[in-house]
Amino acid sequence: MNDIYTWIGIGLVVFSSVAGDVLLSKAMKQVGDVAVLRRRMGVMKVVARVVSNSNFLFGLLTMTISFYSLLYGLSWGDLSLVAPAAASLTFVGNAVAARIFLHEKVDTRRWIAALLVAGGVALMAV
Amino acid sequence: MTLRRYLVLAGVTFFASSGDSLLSYGMKQVGPVSVQHLPSMILAFLNPWVALGILLLLGFFACYTSALSWADLTYVLPATSVGYVLVAVIARFVLHEHIPTTRWLGILLISAGVGFVASGPSRTDMRHPNGLPKSIPEASEEPALLAGVGSSRAES
Repeated sequence: MNDIYTWIGIGLVVFSSVAGDVLLSKAMKQVGDVAVLRRRMGVMKVVARVVSNSNFLFGLLTMTISFYSLLYGLSWGDLSLVAPAAASLTFVGNAVAARIFLHEKVDTRRWIAALLVAGGVALMAV
Repeated sequence: MTLRRYLVLAGVTFFASSGDSLLSYGMKQVGPVSVQHLPSMILAFLNPWVALGILLLLGFFACYTSALSWADLTYVLPATSVGYVLVAVIARFVLHEHIPTTRWLGILLISAGVGFVASGPSRTDMRHPNGLPKSIPEASEEPALLAGVGSSRAES
């Protein structure tokens, strides 16, 4: 039963992480390069600009769900399985989601990276 | 890519792997958390290792959002996945978890993926070449700064 609980936890982490990563990435692109903004506006205005972005807030919410799912998964399974399996599957999901929702150019180089990571996850789950 | 940006990516890697490791160590002390007893998950925060792990993960979040402001999501994630190797080393030598050969091979494949993506461009959506959205006007008094941002992106 522990295996089932572990993989349910991993599944929850992956789904909420992909949603959170895409929302956060979209938010930070809307905010702009924080290093450039910090020099121009100061830290507090940059922080205010980030936390008032609705995509950031929704991203934070889904990341929180992802965090609790990770705690749940870690309490059942080994760190060396749960952490890399969840994060790597998230990476593959993100490659698809980033292409669809963020219009990133996921080229051959990035797909090869995705397949290598997916292969790595398969080996780790054996 | 500038040195500062490499340091931000290194920060993502370091804070994520050390934070996860401390969380795991703390949660093993807390014991299994079941869906029927969710309040016990809140009590887990009182464990010092869990609390320290959360602090480190806050550091991760700051570096991560900073990186996402100038690089693609599909660049940041794999470029920082070298942290899996760190996690495995910490899990093996600090937490004394047994890691079978197949899992080490998996970690090697993930590391190879890092090499592929890290040698490519950090951003492919070039609609805002100065790193700022259209809502923020160009700063004419800082031409050198903006030129620096643009050129570093072109190099990467």
